[in-house]
Amino acid sequence: MEEEDTRDYSEPCVQCSVVNWGLTDEGRFYCKSCHNVIERTKEVLTSDVVPNTKIQSISRGFRKRKKIDKGWEWYVCEGFQYILKKQAEALQTLGVCPKMKDEILCNFWRLYLQKSRQAYCTTPASYASKALSISDVSTDVETEPERISIHGLSSFSESDGDLQTESSFGHVSSIGKASARETTSVCSGSVDGDSYLLKRKKGNLRMSMPMTLSFCYIALLWLREPVTLSDLLRFVIDGHIPYLNAFQCFPEEMKLYGADLKIFRVESWPVYEDVHNKMSELSAFLDLPCFPAITDSCFLHPNILCIKYLMEANLPDELHNWTCRVVKKINFGEADFLTLDPVNKSARKVKYDVLAVAIIIVVLKLLFILDDQYEWLYANFAGKRNQKNKEGCLWFDFKKWYKVIKKSVDVEQKKLDEERARCLWKCEKPLFYSSKEKSVVLKKRQMVVNLQRQFGTLSGSMQVAEKQSPSSFQLNWAEENTDGNCFHGHILEGILQEKGNSLTTMNTKYWLCSVKLCNEKICGQLTHYKESDFPQSYQFVLNLFSFLLRVPASLIHEEVCLIEHKLFKTKRHRK
Amino acid sequence: MDSFVEQLKRGTEEEFTEESVWDGSAVNTTSSSLPAIYLPLLPRNLRHPTTRGRKATEFQETKKACLNYIQDALLQHQWQRAAEFMTNYLETLENTSAEKRMAAPEVIWRIGTEILCHHSKSSIEEFNYFAEQMKNLGVKRYLKVCLEHVFHLLCNGLIDEAYQNLSLAEGWRYGEQTTAQDKELKLIQAYKGLLDYYNWTKKRTAMLELDGNFADSVEQEMHSFFRQAAVNLREIIKIPGVWDPFVKSYVDLLEFYEDYDEVRQVLSEYAYNSKFPPNPNAHVYYYQFLKRQGESKKTLMSVLKILHEIVPSHELMLDICQLQKSKLQILQICFTPRLHSQEGKISDSEEICEETQLCPFESIWCFGFLHASLMFTRCL
Repeated sequence: MEEEDTRDYSEPCVQCSVVNWGLTDEGRFYCKSCHNVIERTKEVLTSDVVPNTKIQSISRGFRKRKKIDKGWEWYVCEGFQYILKKQAEALQTLGVCPKMKDEILCNFWRLYLQKSRQAYCTTPASYASKALSISDVSTDVETEPERISIHGLSSFSESDGDLQTESSFGHVSSIGKASARETTSVCSGSVDGDSYLLKRKKGNLRMSMPMTLSFCYIALLWLREPVTLSDLLRFVIDGHIPYLNAFQCFPEEMKLYGADLKIFRVESWPVYEDVHNKMSELSAFLDLPCFPAITDSCFLHPNILCIKYLMEANLPDELHNWTCRVVKKINFGEADFLTLDPVNKSARKVKYDVLAVAIIIVVLKLLFILDDQYEWLYANFAGKRNQKNKEGCLWFDFKKWYKVIKKSVDVEQKKLDEERARCLWKCEKPLFYSSKEKSVVLKKRQMVVNLQRQFGTLSGSMQVAEKQSPSSFQLNWAEENTDGNCFHGHILEGILQEKGNSLTTMNTKYWLCSVKLCNEKICGQLTHYKESDFPQSYQFVLNLFSFLLRVPASLIHEEVCLIEHKLFKTKRHRK
Repeated sequence: MDSFVEQLKRGTEEEFTEESVWDGSAVNTTSSSLPAIYLPLLPRNLRHPTTRGRKATEFQETKKACLNYIQDALLQHQWQRAAEFMTNYLETLENTSAEKRMAAPEVIWRIGTEILCHHSKSSIEEFNYFAEQMKNLGVKRYLKVCLEHVFHLLCNGLIDEAYQNLSLAEGWRYGEQTTAQDKELKLIQAYKGLLDYYNWTKKRTAMLELDGNFADSVEQEMHSFFRQAAVNLREIIKIPGVWDPFVKSYVDLLEFYEDYDEVRQVLSEYAYNSKFPPNPNAHVYYYQFLKRQGESKKTLMSVLKILHEIVPSHELMLDICQLQKSKLQILQICFTPRLHSQEGKISDSEEICEETQLCPFESIWCFGFLHASLMFTRCL
């Protein structure tokens, strides 16, 4: 707090000519380097108005009694730091290695602050934040920030709307900016809230709420933790990782209002592609080296991830051989391909979960064609055969599988839709843009709480259901279940034939999802998914995995097209 | 046993499509959610429509979905489920979009009243609490909410509470809003007048039972109720509209105090002023009043004739038979076709019947059908 009070005073000390002021216990100014105490004292708020207050206000900053208690001065990055910390802790409780929070994420964050010149550098964009000391790891000695820097001044005068336009520092630019800001009179709780949202400088990456998840994911990826991005986003939506109303973790003195709302308030759930793109941007921005290699034994490798999704989709284990074969054929199992390498800008950033799911779909297409004919005919065949031979292994019956899956996915989807509709977006800590709004917002909040209480009692005993413990798997199929709903053990007889040493499909036909890929620069995407162009079975399978991953079906479709293009490259070129 | 594939080869003769042809160049959309326009001469950059306006946030979309769930639950009478979703929907009052924030209270009021009316666990106290909260929600709807709250109380027989609420609402003033909500204020005053009348009747019956000094105080109260009621009722009757219960009460009050001129004026105004919507009851009241006053047959007949114009099948038409002695004249009056009343003076009863066959049968049908036996016993 001392810094705040002494910041505005920039007269050099009489004795040592250094501008380095501190406050004594009585509130007098003293020079920190030579301990010379001067007559100037900290201004105390008095209620009587002196006609010459203007003079004081020029150098001091006119401190009217504000309706909003200003609290501490804090910077936007400090806020994000709190949020990141909470998120890391939540991930830790979910079972992620503790190294992630203290070593990986923390260092990435510091690197980010350094690169974006918000801290840990010689010419910071703003003053070094005090709150960095809150993180568990011992902090480095921060470089002494320069007292007066043009950037720091302009951000300070911009955000404090009550500041008089004349500032004694004589920077013309800041005067101009300050007078412009006064007319808008939107201030923010943070010091640089307003300026934060302005058009970013070239090459600078601005922090936002979805970016926090990108940070988490990058840290997880570095450690090769068994958490995919879709899992992470699912945990966020289910509330296991703080995201919505994460600003509640800020201490009481960090007031949030005005422009901060645009930064910290969440009105939409994070989108997979958005977070993924930001992640690649971030890794490039931080100049990270090549990430630890993703090998065969790693969870994120398609071979292993496919097992997970095969289990979840209740498909036979035999399909795993086929997924491995496809992966090998298109060389997607190579560490070079899979590992994230920020240095190599043209390399494709792999979406591991989408890739695994797409491979499964391609395998299904290889085996069953999925053209609304072949698979049903085969299903009839297999069904009849299963009825005749009750002992022994059951053949995989596509029709039965479809019925079982459709039923359970419909139920889950309905539950999910209701959960989404039931989601409560607001929290106890209300947000408001300005002091004028504050009373209205608080009153509304109180009213909403009252009414919610009233209707809550009417809703009866089934109130808030127990928050389910988070799990990687959403659908569970038990082998012990006697009603025969588990297809894991079923075999793929009837559609395979021996050919030399290996098995191959009897079916020799295949249809490509797209003949030609679009130009990403023109279209924005590589493929366009229009449901009506595709067979129902294919749509069903796409929708199933789209539900499991909570991503749009078009994303998976794109990945399928890419795989097919690689897989059938020679065949296509022959044409 | 044939293998499956051989069966397939035998069975299916048609060739299924091998490739779905998708020419990427024809479809250039930046927003795949909207279909492109396939006009060959249209320049490429005009092929896709753009969305206008701000994209709805997920918050707004989830609230919309929540509203759908509530509506479904209401339609299926699942009050508990509706109440559940209502707790989540209430957040829409804090919506960032000002437009939606403005529209929210109305929706919440409607849904809330619906749930509270029907839910098994809800009581009148719950409703009162809810109404109080809604009144505080916005000044623009204050009087409307008050009025509806009063209606609800009246429907549940809580007349005293309704009266209290009306008195409170009547005294509400809020600058500009008072004039903006003028209509509601008038209605509130009118209903207050009605309840004053109700209290007045209670006092009157009480007075008849009591005697002595108690009767005096009760009488005083009665008079004060009369004064209050009279003021409000007179005000509302001035406005063109259908005010049957108010008119009846007012007439009753005035008749008790024997202010017959006022009654006459009010009723004739109510019946004959063209600004008021056509209302058969107005004429009925006027006729009944005149009958009570013992007016001449001529005046009574003239009133009934006008009523006949509006509702030929009214049961008061039977009174025409009593008033008029000449049977021919009765038939003349009753069976005068409305459309052709100007042309062709009917002199013969047979001609009447012929004539009437051509025009709408309504008058005869209704009349004859409903009151056939009565008519014939009285006429013939």
